[in-house]
Amino acid sequence: MAKPAVLTHPESLKRPAGPSDYAKDPVNASMSKAEKIALYTKMARIRHFEQRCIRIYQQGKIGGFLHLYVGQEAVAAGTISLLGKHDHIITGYRDHGHGLMVGMGMNECMAELTGRVTGCSQGKGGSMHYFAPDKNYWGGHGIVGGQAPLGTGLAYAVKYMGLKGSCLAYMGDGAVNQGAVHEAYNLAALWDLPMIFVIENNGYSMGTSQERSTAHPGCLAKRAEGYGMAWDVINGHDVYEVRAKTAIALKRAHEESKPTVLEIFTYRYFGHSMADPDKTYRDKEEIKEYREKKDPVLAFEQELLREKVLTAELSQQINDAAMAEADKAAVFADESPDPTVADITKHIYWEEDNRGPDTTSRGTIIFE
Amino acid sequence: MAVISYREALRAAMREELKRDDKVVIMGEEVAQFNGAYKVTEGLLKEFGPKRVVDTPISEAGFIGLGIGASMLGIRPVMELMFWSFSYVAFDQIVNNAGNIRYMSGGLINCPIVIRGPANGGTNVGATHSHTPEAILASHPGIKVVCPATPYDAKGLLKAAIRDNDPVYVMENTILYNDKGEVPDEDYIVPLGVADVKREGTDLTIVAHGRAVITSLKAAEILEQEHGVSVEVVDLRSIRPLDEETILASVRKTHRALLVEENKPFCGVDAQVAYLIQSRAFDELDAPIHRVSSIDAPQIYCKRMEDQQLPDVNRVVREALKVLA
Repeated sequence: MAKPAVLTHPESLKRPAGPSDYAKDPVNASMSKAEKIALYTKMARIRHFEQRCIRIYQQGKIGGFLHLYVGQEAVAAGTISLLGKHDHIITGYRDHGHGLMVGMGMNECMAELTGRVTGCSQGKGGSMHYFAPDKNYWGGHGIVGGQAPLGTGLAYAVKYMGLKGSCLAYMGDGAVNQGAVHEAYNLAALWDLPMIFVIENNGYSMGTSQERSTAHPGCLAKRAEGYGMAWDVINGHDVYEVRAKTAIALKRAHEESKPTVLEIFTYRYFGHSMADPDKTYRDKEEIKEYREKKDPVLAFEQELLREKVLTAELSQQINDAAMAEADKAAVFADESPDPTVADITKHIYWEEDNRGPDTTSRGTIIFE
Repeated sequence: MAVISYREALRAAMREELKRDDKVVIMGEEVAQFNGAYKVTEGLLKEFGPKRVVDTPISEAGFIGLGIGASMLGIRPVMELMFWSFSYVAFDQIVNNAGNIRYMSGGLINCPIVIRGPANGGTNVGATHSHTPEAILASHPGIKVVCPATPYDAKGLLKAAIRDNDPVYVMENTILYNDKGEVPDEDYIVPLGVADVKREGTDLTIVAHGRAVITSLKAAEILEQEHGVSVEVVDLRSIRPLDEETILASVRKTHRALLVEENKPFCGVDAQVAYLIQSRAFDELDAPIHRVSSIDAPQIYCKRMEDQQLPDVNRVVREALKVLA
């Protein structure tokens, strides 16, 4: 059997997490104590939500695919914590963390996983297809890289309407070889769109390491140079660093209407999805190393303890509350009703759901 | 009422909708400076400027996806595909993203996009540029497909499509672009899902869409002149939604049906129409339903043979006589 390929994250990421070099960055230094606690709370909520999902999945209550965000929390938390009224986000199928960060409730998120009508998409989307457009969250997309052009469209619309905003399109390291992503890069650069492409590089596109998938000797973000775009690399285990460097890209989007590619090095503790036994392409030692020495939630907790923003007691309370919230959501998701057979044919067409004298469609549109 | 070409009718629809709604944007390859590969968008850049009429790179998955994303935020993009054949490189965007977003979001997001362009054979350009994907796309719930055959319908359907809140794919025909017809000067739309009886008759119903309507009308004339047969021609205009009632009403009147389309036969639009007629009007039929489609092969390059691959007037007449026998 071939030796498993090893992760190619930069050397700097191989050392254990310590005090953040970015605590003094203005975007972090200007945070109030309450804001820092709120950010930590959100990261803890993602962690506990995802861990609760594992149990429900193992009980057979979640069908299909379940891609967990455990280990990657600082990416969604750091980037989304900076966004304003006209900043939009869109991502791939590993989408729970982003949903919770924009303010979706654990109940609606958990109920979507169990296919309930109380889910955020009324049981029609599932794990890979969370949406909250009222919170500027445009999904949750199942096809690798397919969301990148949609994101450029959101940025295009923001610019068209003359708003000071942006779109962050997240993708995994596996998406960078999809043609749609390169087409999106080209359009974003060509038309000066307020766009930030965020590569959440967790080292593996499903079970294929970066070395085995990507013909590029350096970091993935550097491909931006081919399109004349700015780029940066970020240690995704340090939420302060994520915020500091994302803030620069956001400023570029807001003030110059220029795109950026950010590559954020991160790590997932579980398989690609729960269907991945995670035994063939990386060793347990590697996972252990990340979990114990570079965990983004623990690192931020330690940081806030050092800053005396957080106490051990408060941290315990936050984590207990997040766990209790996830437990309650699991019960809600279990007890909520399914959609009905009649619901199967709703929400297909706006014109059908709203048919009236002014709508532009007649005739048969749903067939027997 | 002015007499204008199919091409001018499409252009008038876009011009009027650009004026009516500042969220409407025309986008596509060569639509602006070049004035359109088929000159459908000629003059629109000059009249509306580069914010409203936008040239894109040759990057269908990219710019169609961009249009879909923009439509989710309320922009109403009218995207030109130089050929619908090129939609295949943007299939994920056209089907998975535009067609599923409303459903997968439980009705939270709409995608009011129009994608338009020619989808036809008969132009001597070989298999890659001659696809007619109306059946393929209409088979996806979430997507609407219309195929205008006349200038009046081209304008009315395109205007309805632009005002529609769902993805509507408008499939035109380059061979029809110069066809002329009467088009009202005042504002009107042709609602989606309403078929049109283009010729009334009593002995046989021909159901067709797109250019096959024009072929069928010519055949109907010959059938009347040379064979004394009264043929009714039903133009579907819209594939999805489909006007089932107009088809059935005509069959109940004539008791015989011939289905004509430029699509290939396997799983073509008329397979669905044939199913409809036998399931809802079986007892009305005095003869089996017949079909005339393109000969089932990739589109041949040789022009003389391509003209025979497509349904032509002679083949329609021949098949009609079989149904009437």
